[in-house]
Amino acid sequence: MFSHEDSERIRGAFPELRERVNGVPLVYLDTAATALRPAGPVEHESTFALTRTAAVNRGAHTLAAEATEAYDDARATIAKFIDARPSDLVFTSNATESINLVALAFRLASAVGAPERFALKAGEEIVVTESEHHANLIPWQEVAKATGATLRIAPVTDGGVLTVGAVESVLTERTKVVALPAVSNVLGIVNPFREIADAAHRVGALVVLDACQAAPHMALDVTATGADFIAFSAHKMYGPTGIGALWGSASVLAEMPTVLTGGSMITRVDYDSADYLPAPAKFEPGTPRLTQAIGWADSIRFLDDIGMDRVAEHESSLGAVLYRLVSAVDGVHVLGTNVGVERVGLVSFAVDGVHPHDVGQYLDSKGIAVRVGHHCAQPLHKRLGVDSSTRISLGVHSTLAEVEFAVDALARVRGFFGVA
Amino acid sequence: MELESLYQQIILDHYKRKVGYGINHGGHPSHQYNPTCGDEINLQVLLSADGSTIDGIEWEGTGCSISQASASMLAAESKGMTIDEFEKFAGGFREAMRSRGEIVLDEEEYGDLASLSGVSKFVARVKCAMLAWVAAEDSVTLTRGSLN
Repeated sequence: MFSHEDSERIRGAFPELRERVNGVPLVYLDTAATALRPAGPVEHESTFALTRTAAVNRGAHTLAAEATEAYDDARATIAKFIDARPSDLVFTSNATESINLVALAFRLASAVGAPERFALKAGEEIVVTESEHHANLIPWQEVAKATGATLRIAPVTDGGVLTVGAVESVLTERTKVVALPAVSNVLGIVNPFREIADAAHRVGALVVLDACQAAPHMALDVTATGADFIAFSAHKMYGPTGIGALWGSASVLAEMPTVLTGGSMITRVDYDSADYLPAPAKFEPGTPRLTQAIGWADSIRFLDDIGMDRVAEHESSLGAVLYRLVSAVDGVHVLGTNVGVERVGLVSFAVDGVHPHDVGQYLDSKGIAVRVGHHCAQPLHKRLGVDSSTRISLGVHSTLAEVEFAVDALARVRGFFGVA
Repeated sequence: MELESLYQQIILDHYKRKVGYGINHGGHPSHQYNPTCGDEINLQVLLSADGSTIDGIEWEGTGCSISQASASMLAAESKGMTIDEFEKFAGGFREAMRSRGEIVLDEEEYGDLASLSGVSKFVARVKCAMLAWVAAEDSVTLTRGSLN
């Protein structure tokens, strides 16, 4: 875990941590939903907007050139963070849009039967997992509906573990795409995505990895993941809302059909046809998200300054303590095991006799911000036998004292509601 | 905001008592679902043969203390009301819930339901309190439609 000095320095970057909520200091344990924002990157983003706003990739004037350069630099910074080439990183509105871009490419290709890797037909199969976020499930339901392909669901164990064997059990030579989360947003378990990607590739399927809960919490090398596509989002990485990315391997992006079209993504245009630029431009029509890209790149520098290996060590160590303490509270049941798995700093749980909304409201009265509900994963909750849950998730600014404070409050919830 | 202004003891009591819980008669239930939290309710209003009076409310569902207590109190308080009275009653409740703490429900008129007045200060919880009421209004419409 971070030393006290390091922790104080990191916490000092987040103005919201000095806020009071309901008259008490804020304890922010909802980073998995949206991360707080450090002051430096926000101030830089604001200064940039006030002094360097101009049209990107067009115009011969100095401001336009500087804006373009800053935008390209931002892409390069974000790409480097995941060991990727900038040309393989497509900006989107958020991770949901990233996954939808791939899903829509499958639908478009299926309609015309080409390119072959993206074209699905009746009898072919799409594999997702039981632990999917709605964003990596519903787009594939729609693809199946539109193409006649079959959606197959790789099971998790009662402890929420996704094994390579479970995915292999639903893989066939008809599987054309495998979608999975790198880290479940409900369970916090790190899935064996490399081994699953290798298994998927052995049957010739493309692999779509939802890395929203991985990218902010561990060093991610896109090539080492084995995935063909990776979706992730700025607002979970201490960056702005409104921007996310789709990384794709160069050869797959080159083959992938364009989905949205318009200006900024073309070379020649006639009245009846047009030629498109290579990736990433061919997936980014219209005016780009300039200030958001600048803000995201700065939030990534903020993470890089700490060092992702240190971030991962801090959060997983603190997460292990969190898991142990929450599990020990009377009447509290944690979703997902901690045995034989790697985990991030995230724990979801059910409280006997108290609905998550009421748990969240009680914690909020103590200044503790947590997520309640189904966390955009209704099927997984049903699979685990609960309607919904309460989720505590950690960030770089989280401390042992905060974890202990939250668990102490959690231990009083059943008493407050008269069910202890 | 004080937690006790939201969770009065009477609310927690109704959360456990659940007046009207269990659908035991044929009728026209309305199913309502709150997608943000996954709470759901199946509720039917039983009307007199001429459709003019509420004979009772039956419901089943899962949800937080606010949504469950609201359903329980609604079942307890609305029995014997005419449809006109009920519509006015529901309108007043909705107005109070949307008032962000401005309107406090009259205890004479609303009975135990007056204890839900504090919910209106917690904007995120208003939907919880309204879930049963939306179902009740819908069930009345369905039931009366079947009588015509």
